Amino acid sequence: MKSCIQKTILLLGLFPSIALAEWGLNLRKGATPISQEIYDLHMLSLWVVTIIGIVVFGIMFWSIFNHRKSKGVKPAQFSHSTTVEIIWTIIPLAIIISLAVPATKLLIKMEDTSDTEITVKATGYQWKWKYDYLDEDLTIFSALDAKSTEVSALDSGLNPMDSENYLLDVDNPIVLPTNTKIRILTTANDVIHAWWVPDLGWKRDAIPGFINDNWAYIEEPGVYRGQCAEICGKGHGYMPIVVNAVPMDEYKVWVADQKAAQDAKNNESDMVLTMQELMTKGETVYKAQCVVCHQANGEGLKGAFPAIAGSAVAVESDNRLRHIHQIIYGKGLMPAFGEQLGDVDIASIVTYTRNAWGNNTGDIIQPKEVAEARQTPNIITAGGQKRENTAESKPSEDSLKKSIGDLAEVR
Amino acid sequence: MSAITHDADHDHDHKPTGLKRWFFSTNHKDIGTLYLIFALTMFFVGGSMAMIIRAELFQPGLQFVDPQFYNSMVTVHALIMIFGAVMPAGVGLANWMIPLMIGAPDMALPRMNNMSFWILPFAFALLISTLFMEGGGPAGGWTMYPPLVLQTGAAFPFLILAVHFLGVSSIMGAINIIVTVFNMRAPGMTLMKMPLFVWTWVITSFLLVASLPVLAGGVTMLLTDKYFGTSFFNAAGGGDPVLFQHIFWFFGHPEVYILALPAFGIVSQIIPAFSRKPLFGYASMVYATASIAILSFFVWAHHMFTVGLPLKGELFFMYATMMIAVPTGVKVFNWMATMWKGAMTFETPMLFSIAFVILFTIGGFSGLMLGLTPVDFQYHDTYFVVAHFHYVLLTGAVFALMAAVYYWLPKWTGYMYDERLGKIHFWLSTITANVLFFPQHFLGLAGMPRRIPDYNIQFADFNMISSIGGFAYGLTQLLFVYIVIKCALGGKKSKALTWEGAKGLEWTVPSPAPFHTFERPPKLTKAMLEH
Repeated sequence: MKSCIQKTILLLGLFPSIALAEWGLNLRKGATPISQEIYDLHMLSLWVVTIIGIVVFGIMFWSIFNHRKSKGVKPAQFSHSTTVEIIWTIIPLAIIISLAVPATKLLIKMEDTSDTEITVKATGYQWKWKYDYLDEDLTIFSALDAKSTEVSALDSGLNPMDSENYLLDVDNPIVLPTNTKIRILTTANDVIHAWWVPDLGWKRDAIPGFINDNWAYIEEPGVYRGQCAEICGKGHGYMPIVVNAVPMDEYKVWVADQKAAQDAKNNESDMVLTMQELMTKGETVYKAQCVVCHQANGEGLKGAFPAIAGSAVAVESDNRLRHIHQIIYGKGLMPAFGEQLGDVDIASIVTYTRNAWGNNTGDIIQPKEVAEARQTPNIITAGGQKRENTAESKPSEDSLKKSIGDLAEVR
Repeated sequence: MSAITHDADHDHDHKPTGLKRWFFSTNHKDIGTLYLIFALTMFFVGGSMAMIIRAELFQPGLQFVDPQFYNSMVTVHALIMIFGAVMPAGVGLANWMIPLMIGAPDMALPRMNNMSFWILPFAFALLISTLFMEGGGPAGGWTMYPPLVLQTGAAFPFLILAVHFLGVSSIMGAINIIVTVFNMRAPGMTLMKMPLFVWTWVITSFLLVASLPVLAGGVTMLLTDKYFGTSFFNAAGGGDPVLFQHIFWFFGHPEVYILALPAFGIVSQIIPAFSRKPLFGYASMVYATASIAILSFFVWAHHMFTVGLPLKGELFFMYATMMIAVPTGVKVFNWMATMWKGAMTFETPMLFSIAFVILFTIGGFSGLMLGLTPVDFQYHDTYFVVAHFHYVLLTGAVFALMAAVYYWLPKWTGYMYDERLGKIHFWLSTITANVLFFPQHFLGLAGMPRRIPDYNIQFADFNMISSIGGFAYGLTQLLFVYIVIKCALGGKKSKALTWEGAKGLEWTVPSPAPFHTFERPPKLTKAMLEH
């Protein structure tokens, strides 16, 4: 008996989080009336198949235990019975109809995106999310948080068990109001992603060049976490979604704060920073935006992601503009960061990458130089560079707006 | 003419030797053996990739591989298991058994038979070589969705060419089976007298011929999008990335039944044999198989409920998908009724077949749940789906293939396999496969997306259990190789009729089956045509 308990404790030790939390066994009920109904339909279908399973396997096992040669039975020789065959065609048909009826009702309800009060557009990027609050002229970029990024590196030596929200936390969570019918549009900038917060009850693909719409009505305030659900390349497991649902008045305060911060960022091009400031900020931004591909040591990954350390773009003084443009406009598989990063951020990264890892150019790039670079035509594509197919698939802002309009009309 | 007859009469087992025998073979039995050995090899190559996946998922955090390499393991594992292991194993069985079951001397198109096999090693050499290329192997999932797949590096054209080769090989195999069955049946072997394994393979062959060219078209469009400036799947050029998904799954859903229908056929041979009772509802089995095959062309979009289909489309594909439960249910009930009041014994083939019926049905249950569109919005692209399709493909298709090997191995080698080891292999496989895949249902419901190399700590326990099951399942299959080799080398001799209750023409020829069989059409008695 004692050794039995010891063994159990040993086994428990093998599964480290057993004591931490309940084991997630079932679908979540979620935070919206729809997610609750989905949960109910899930449970209905689960019970239906469980009961069918018990009956069918029960009969089969009864037969297996009783109709065996070792018990001396003589095999019967019947080989068909039209009556029985009709019965076991009709019963399953009846069962699936009884499941299809509630499913149809729920689906019709889910697809009704009329009368929404606010609209948020989620755009998938490799590998982060951009959120446009279309009624507020507010844009938020939301990427994996620094802690998870650090812990998740190959052989980081850090234990994920220490952080509860490992890989489910972001740098800028989005805020949504409770008790409001929110329309959530999904699209993508590069490849197909899927926006999924289990507690809202659904996931929807984010497809470059197309806009999908869906809606949520969150009743309970709280933090709801989700992930990208469609394989989208190397960082697919590293682009979580965090929704912070708060009452409407708090939401309005948050929107005002965010807009103030956004305006401040737009006016930062006149700032003049020291080398030290640029290097410190540059390292932080680099770690958040660039390490996934170019690695912490700037060496990249051979064959997939080019090295920055010692590369011509980052060390030759003629290439300062090219360097800045490559970050603003992207190149090949490298996404464009111009929209997402402010002038200070880009200036810091460029300064940092031109001076780190032995790239000791001594160059200092000020935000003003970045602001000017934004005004000059893109020299990456102008220089006869082959344009990648995927880079072209980015729909223009205008065409997106038009599509949203069309979508509204169709509905 | 007389000279040929003379030769055949005197030197019945005349066969070429060495390289000539295997590389230039036109003999259905040798080609069947080649297919089966190739499939087993690929099962281990694809399996070792699964071991890498399970090792990385053993704990949260990245311990072994880079996420890009992880994605390419996920991608190539699927392509190898589907096109390299399960399909060739099925074709191998068809090659070996269909001529024996319908009383034909060989396949109708023996040289094409040789070619359809020998394309495969080259196709897989191409595919596997991509893992060593600049930029790594294909890493966008076996479904090859654009635009992601267009980001593949040097591996991209090799991937497309490999898929083309696999398609060509399968189409040739399918045509051969159709021609053989429709032209070479022994007199008296009418269509509705054919063993069910033959029926399922004929229907599967039509699925292959109808669906693979669609895939070939789709991947060629990917190729021209990448290299020749077309915009089939590029929204900026007027195309649509979702179009590829429609094309892919128009192939992909019938493909699921290409893997499953031969398994149904196998089990429909084995369960009556070990129940010592005729197959219940032979005609309804044939009709159910045909209905499943036809329905499979009308359900493809249930793989893409989340792409934003119109409501009417979602409803249509939900209803069509649920309809498949009816003919599938008929099959399961027929197998049950075959066992009912039989005199069952439980040798290894029967054990694997019973496990197939139960575990495939569990996969069918989760399939029915996935078919309900509103809840699919939650299940889609999670481990719930991974659990679902591994139940139908591993404990489904692969278990049936294992059953088939144990059932016919004495016919192929002339020796009995080691029954004790066979049973150990069965029990270990069944237990470990369930430890491997059952917890994945929970992971998916709790919210773990598929195709991720790392995960939140709330998923740690079930992933660890699943990985332990995975390693144990992988090791167990080494026992299978040992059993097969041991049986091929010798042991207790098998009679022509290996299993007391087995029915069919293949049991009328000696064990091992001679190199040439049924050079003259057999005279069929009523007893020989029983099922």
